[in-house]
Amino acid sequence: MSATPSTAGFIRMDEARLSKHRRRKAVNGVALTLSMGAMAFGIFWLFWILFETIGLGIGGLALSTFTEMTPPPMADSGGLANAIFGSLVMVGLATFVGAPIGVLAGIYLGEYGQKSWLGGTVRFINDILLSAPSIVIGLFIYTVVVAQFKSFSAIAGILALALIVIPVVIRTTENMLTLVPHSLREAAYALGTPKWRVIMTITLKSARAGVITGILLALARIAGETAPLLFTALSNQFWTSSLTEPMASLPVTIFKFAMSPYENWQKLAWAGVFLITVGVLALNILARVLFRHKN
Amino acid sequence: MDTKVEFPVTDVAKLSVRDLNFYYGAFHALKHINLDIPEKKVTAFIGPSGCGKSTLLRTFNRMFELYPEQRAEGSITIDGENILKSRQDVSLIRAKIGMVFQKPTPFPMSIYDNIAFGVRLFETLPRVEMDERVEWALKKAALWNEVKDKLNQSGSGLSGGQQQRLCIARGIAIKPEVLLLDEPCSALDPISTGKIEELIHELKDDYTVVIVTHNMQQAARCSDYTAYMYLGDLIEFGPTSELFMKPKKKDTEDYITGRFG
Repeated sequence: MSATPSTAGFIRMDEARLSKHRRRKAVNGVALTLSMGAMAFGIFWLFWILFETIGLGIGGLALSTFTEMTPPPMADSGGLANAIFGSLVMVGLATFVGAPIGVLAGIYLGEYGQKSWLGGTVRFINDILLSAPSIVIGLFIYTVVVAQFKSFSAIAGILALALIVIPVVIRTTENMLTLVPHSLREAAYALGTPKWRVIMTITLKSARAGVITGILLALARIAGETAPLLFTALSNQFWTSSLTEPMASLPVTIFKFAMSPYENWQKLAWAGVFLITVGVLALNILARVLFRHKN
Repeated sequence: MDTKVEFPVTDVAKLSVRDLNFYYGAFHALKHINLDIPEKKVTAFIGPSGCGKSTLLRTFNRMFELYPEQRAEGSITIDGENILKSRQDVSLIRAKIGMVFQKPTPFPMSIYDNIAFGVRLFETLPRVEMDERVEWALKKAALWNEVKDKLNQSGSGLSGGQQQRLCIARGIAIKPEVLLLDEPCSALDPISTGKIEELIHELKDDYTVVIVTHNMQQAARCSDYTAYMYLGDLIEFGPTSELFMKPKKKDTEDYITGRFG
C-alpha cells in the first residue's frame, strides 16, 4: 500500500497517470475555449447583421411595400411590388430552367460518368463554373444575349441566374447520389432491374431529400444575386410581366436605392433587404428541415 | 495447388462451374474453380476472409459486371447455357438467379412495394394477383404474420432480422430458380439468424440455394453440400456431413477444427 493520502470520494490513482490526465484536461480546455471563441466571433457578426436588418427593415415595411410600384425620388408613397414580382418571376423561372438540367447532369456524373474521362472533365469544368464570380456570368449573358438582341430583358436575367443554379445543383445531386450505399444499388440490380430504373426508383428516390435541399439552396443563393441581373434584366420602374422587357428585381432595386441620397429610397432599400433576408432564411430552414426529416 | 476436385454430387447439377478464373484488376482472386451446384439443395461456401467465396457467388449472377475492373473467365452453365457468355440480357439472368446480401437492403418504399417492385419488372399483374403474390412471398419468408397489418409502412422501419427476411421475400417474389445468399445472417442477432436458417431449410424444396457463410456451424446446420475455399482455390467440396466429419484434405480439417482461419 502506498502512503499517498487520498481524499474521500476519489479513487486512488498513479501520480504519473494523474499528471498526464491533468495536462490533457488543460489542453482540452484551451482548445475548447479557442473554438468557442471563433464560433462566437462568427455568430456575433451574423446576429448584428440580422438585428440591423430587422430593425431598419421592419421600419420601412408597410402594406404599400407590397402593393405600390417603386417611386420616384422624394415621393411620399411607393413600394416594391414590381421588384418583388420581378424577383419571384426570375428566380422561379431560373430554378425551373436550371434545376432539371443540374439534376440530369448530376445523375450523369454520379451514376454513369463516375470514373470516365468525360465525367472527370465535366466535373472539373463544373467546379470552375461553381466558383465563377457571378459578375462574370452577368457579363457573359450581356455579351451573348443582351448585346445580340439590343435590349435588356427578363429572359437574359433568367438565363444568368440559371447558369448559377446549374453548377450548384449538379454538385449537390452528384454528392447525394454517391452517398447512396452501393449495397442498395446492388440489391436492385440483383433483382434484374435495368439501370435507368435503378436510378429513377431506387437511388434518386433515396437521395431525394438531399437533391431537393440542393435545389432550395441554389434558389436561396440566386435570390440575393445582384451582379448578374445588373447587366441582364437591368431594372424597371414599372410593373411588367413581359419577359422580353427589362424587369425590376429586389437586389438591383436595393443596390440602386441604397446608394441614392433620397430618404424614401433608402427606407425602401432596407425593406427590400429585410424581405430577401427573411426569404433566404426561410428557404435555408426549409432545406434543413427537409434534410433532417429524411435522416 | 491441386485443382482437380471430384464431383461427389449424385444429385442433378443446377449450376456447373468449369475452369473459372476471376480477376480484380491484376489480382487473381479465383483460380481454376470446378464445381457443380446441385439442384434444390443448399450448398454452403466456407473459408477464411478473402478466400473468394463471395467473389464466386457474385459471378453466378454477373454482379461483378457493375465494376469495370473485375472480370471472369471460364464457364458457369445453368440449364446448359453459359451465364458468362450468354447473349441473354443480364437482367433476365438475374431474375432467374436471385441474391440476398450481407446487409439488409430494403428499398426506400413501403413493405408491399418492396416485394411488388421486382415482380412489376417482369410481370403485369392485376391488383388482386399482385396482393396474392406479395402475401405468398412474405409467407414463404416467414414474415407475413409480423407485417400483414403494416404493408403500407416503410420497409426501413423493420428490425434488422425482419428487413433481411423482407429481402429474401423480395428475391423469392420474382420466382427465381436459384437463390444466392451472401452471408445473410452476419448482421443479425441469434434469434433472427435462427429464423433465417429455418427458412433456408424450407426454401430448398423449391429453390437451389447457395449460401456464403463465415460461420462453420451455420454451414453444418443448414447445408447439404459444402465447399471449402482458401486463397482463391476450391480446396474441397462434398456432402456437408462428410466434409465436416471426415475431410479428405488436411487444410480442410485444420480449418474446420479451428486450428487456423
